[in-house]
Amino acid sequence: MSKDATQKLTGSQIAVRLLERQGIRWIPGIPGGAILPFYDALSRSKSIRHVLARHEQGAGFMAQGAARATGETAACVATSGPGATNLLTAIADARLDSIPLVAITGQVATSMIGTDAFQEVDTYGLTVPITKHNFLVGSAGELLQVIPQAFRLAASGRPGPVLVDIPKDVQNERIEVGEWPEPGRRDPPPAADAGAIGAAVALIGAARRPILYLGGGVIHSGGSARAVELAEKAGLPTVMTLTALGAMPVDHPLSLGMLGMHAARATNLALEECDLLIGVGARFDDRATGQVSSFCPEAKIVHIDIDDSELDKIKTARVAIRGDAREVLERLLPGIETNAREDWLSRISELKADFPPRMPGSDDPRTPHGLIRAVAGRLGDAAIVATDVGQHQMWVAQAYPLRRPRQWLTSGGLGTMGFGLPAAIGAALARPERTVVCFSGDGSLLMNIQELATAAEENVNVKLVLMNNASLGLVVQQQTLFYGGRVFASRFGRGPDFLRIAEGFGWRTLDLDAASDPGAALDEAFSARGPVFIQVRIDRDAQVLPMVAPGGANKDMIGD
Amino acid sequence: MNSIVKSVLELEVNNHAGVMSHVVGLFSRRAYNVEGILCMPVGDGRSSRVWLMVAGEARLEQMIRQIGKLEDVLSVRRHGGHEVFERVEEFFR
Repeated sequence: MSKDATQKLTGSQIAVRLLERQGIRWIPGIPGGAILPFYDALSRSKSIRHVLARHEQGAGFMAQGAARATGETAACVATSGPGATNLLTAIADARLDSIPLVAITGQVATSMIGTDAFQEVDTYGLTVPITKHNFLVGSAGELLQVIPQAFRLAASGRPGPVLVDIPKDVQNERIEVGEWPEPGRRDPPPAADAGAIGAAVALIGAARRPILYLGGGVIHSGGSARAVELAEKAGLPTVMTLTALGAMPVDHPLSLGMLGMHAARATNLALEECDLLIGVGARFDDRATGQVSSFCPEAKIVHIDIDDSELDKIKTARVAIRGDAREVLERLLPGIETNAREDWLSRISELKADFPPRMPGSDDPRTPHGLIRAVAGRLGDAAIVATDVGQHQMWVAQAYPLRRPRQWLTSGGLGTMGFGLPAAIGAALARPERTVVCFSGDGSLLMNIQELATAAEENVNVKLVLMNNASLGLVVQQQTLFYGGRVFASRFGRGPDFLRIAEGFGWRTLDLDAASDPGAALDEAFSARGPVFIQVRIDRDAQVLPMVAPGGANKDMIGD
Repeated sequence: MNSIVKSVLELEVNNHAGVMSHVVGLFSRRAYNVEGILCMPVGDGRSSRVWLMVAGEARLEQMIRQIGKLEDVLSVRRHGGHEVFERVEEFFR
């Protein structure tokens, strides 16, 4: 507790002061009746800027974009009732991808709770299954414990979202505050078991065909460099989950890129042959493993995760280590013997040569892979790359040369269409020195298109690349491949004129289809600061390949 | 009582509104039935003890780890058998 002269403050003033003390510098949200006392206090903050979203889900994803790009806990704010329900998708998305987020919601006055008051909804009850923890605050005094605790919980252990629901009377309650609590910070992670670390070192040393399997926890823990070091020292070919892309540069000689449903065939075949799988901060998600009984059938498993409920959840580990990914990697490294592992790495090279990544049209910026390569070639490693969800997302995951942690913002676990634009705005606000490119599809973009207004108002440096196929492309693809070609409810009969819409929102636009020199047009679009909307028409029948059928074994891939 | 082996879980939890919904929600969202629940405050009333009777399924170990992650759960123990539910049976006749 730090001493301060005693002051009489409202719950709202206390909440705002506590956010300031947490180091929050901007907060996205939308005001409404039950959160107005908080907004009134926020209006007088000298250090927190409010960013007015156009939908609460947009505010939630802006906070997520900031948290994903920086690793710092971000906050967002909404009113009661529909404000809170609109936030739910962004909160659930943060839960599944372990993103540290503190959501603050207004609630009807304590005396009205349970009466079906105007804009009353059971926000606490609704958020039980999608938060790490949640609070319904009972008094202004409680805020002094609850808000620091919310930030501590969001950042500690496996990160995640925490919700703080504050009734209007609590926001208005005036109390004496003499001492301020320390800001909530990440707890030191539990120390990993030394015996298990020794056992893991021995298994890695004895393995003949090991593979390192990196998940989002490697990014969250700041352990990417240590993971690359381990791979290099022990000669470990390395696969990454969708959320771990960037942990090892994808063009690193040991990288096998993403595993699973849309991996390169060589990657899944290598996993088929491995005798030891070292999972770090990964949870054996079904999009990564395919049919679990056929996943790495020959392999013993070393599983490192900070959440012990992930250990042995899907696959039983030979050695399970509960701990922070970075810390465990640091403790493993000294015991690991340098191993060139020539036989296994030459087998990997053989697989890569037999099944090269499939990148049709990668020299033509009017094809999916070619467009992504053309954008990447112009933006380099400094840019942040956000996506929405669908075919474009998988093409970007396959083709964008991601080379650093926190470069890549994508909705993995929940797979939320509408994630991309607001997440890109949040990342651009948190990292104003960087360009943020957002790849989207016409289906996804429409789900949060209102945030074009926020982006224009904030003049964020977001380059939105719309890959327009007038379809829900991944649905069309699944219907084509697995439902007898009965394409239904997945083609848009009459798509909107996105370029005019973007112009109407105040964006500069580029119609890449009409450009005589697409490369030069992209150069020009990227040279200007501020939001630019780039549309490219994509072949409506293009597919993301190769592909594992949902529920199928990873070795059985469709497409070459 | 059917023939499935029942396990008894003993939880120490913070005593405030919402804790029970956190605990039973873990079960209900996995379609895992909680057969019996007893809960009373202990000591000065700041914490409560919760007794749960559940089927001793293979996934119970996973459930116990999930319960252990709840912020309001102070401890969780698994009993093979326990007389607590037998002793309150007279209230359920």
